[in-house]
Amino acid sequence: MSRAWGALVGALAAGTLFGLGLARSGMTDTAKVRGFLDFTGAWDPSLLFVMGGAVLVHGVASRLIARRAAPLFDGRFHLPTRRDLNASLVGGSALFGVGWALGGFCPGPGLTSLASGAPAAIAFVVAMALGIRIVDGARA
Amino acid sequence: MSIAPDWIHALQGGVAIGAASSLLLLVNGRVAGVTGIFAGALTPRAPGFDWRALFLVGLLAGGALAKVLFGAAGSAAGTGVAQALAAGLLVGVGTRLANGCTSGHGVCGIARLSPRSLVATVTFIATGALTVLAMRRLA
Repeated sequence: MSRAWGALVGALAAGTLFGLGLARSGMTDTAKVRGFLDFTGAWDPSLLFVMGGAVLVHGVASRLIARRAAPLFDGRFHLPTRRDLNASLVGGSALFGVGWALGGFCPGPGLTSLASGAPAAIAFVVAMALGIRIVDGARA
Repeated sequence: MSIAPDWIHALQGGVAIGAASSLLLLVNGRVAGVTGIFAGALTPRAPGFDWRALFLVGLLAGGALAKVLFGAAGSAAGTGVAQALAAGLLVGVGTRLANGCTSGHGVCGIARLSPRSLVATVTFIATGALTVLAMRRLA
């Protein structure tokens, strides 16, 4: 397989497995997400296992993969290198948390939920695209 | 003693998400951060549009596959359309400002032990919890 085709097929396969995992995990269930965030009420801790399982698998696998000189279908790894803590990181994450609780969707599950055809999922994704464009427009 | 199916499903899903993130790193050398991938796919002529678009097609295909395999791709219970619009706007602005969301910071960043991702994750879980508390009090 050529490098270009390999990268595209790989991205499609990774996205599909990612979406399948999100839907299986409970992250695409808005009421369940709110239950996970409801620490002082009827807390549903099961979604801890989503992050736990994902971090464990990726924590081990990504270290093994990083020993390679390069990925299979790209000349180099593209990993974030920033280490600065700033207002944009904290303020942005704070806003994200409010939106996550309000809608019950974070970006991945919002996109995967489009497959359910739920009007709320469609509205969420359209508004999310607008929000991203607003920030990109202000930064440009 | 039996383990509730919810917990098993959560773990199965988490393992799949971790494996998918590792696959993307292995084939493309990229971080599976959904916000960044989605943002990059909003500009069709930008470099790297194709792989990002296909990853997003995969996210939907995974949802469709889950519908076939498990009977549902999710539930939007308790989220009206107006609420979803406001939520989407907050999530779009917030994750773009923070350069990441639950996947890029919460999974990939924490797996790398990135201090930025640890701070981001603690912050969005804290404000999410406060928001749920406020919603419950106001309801």
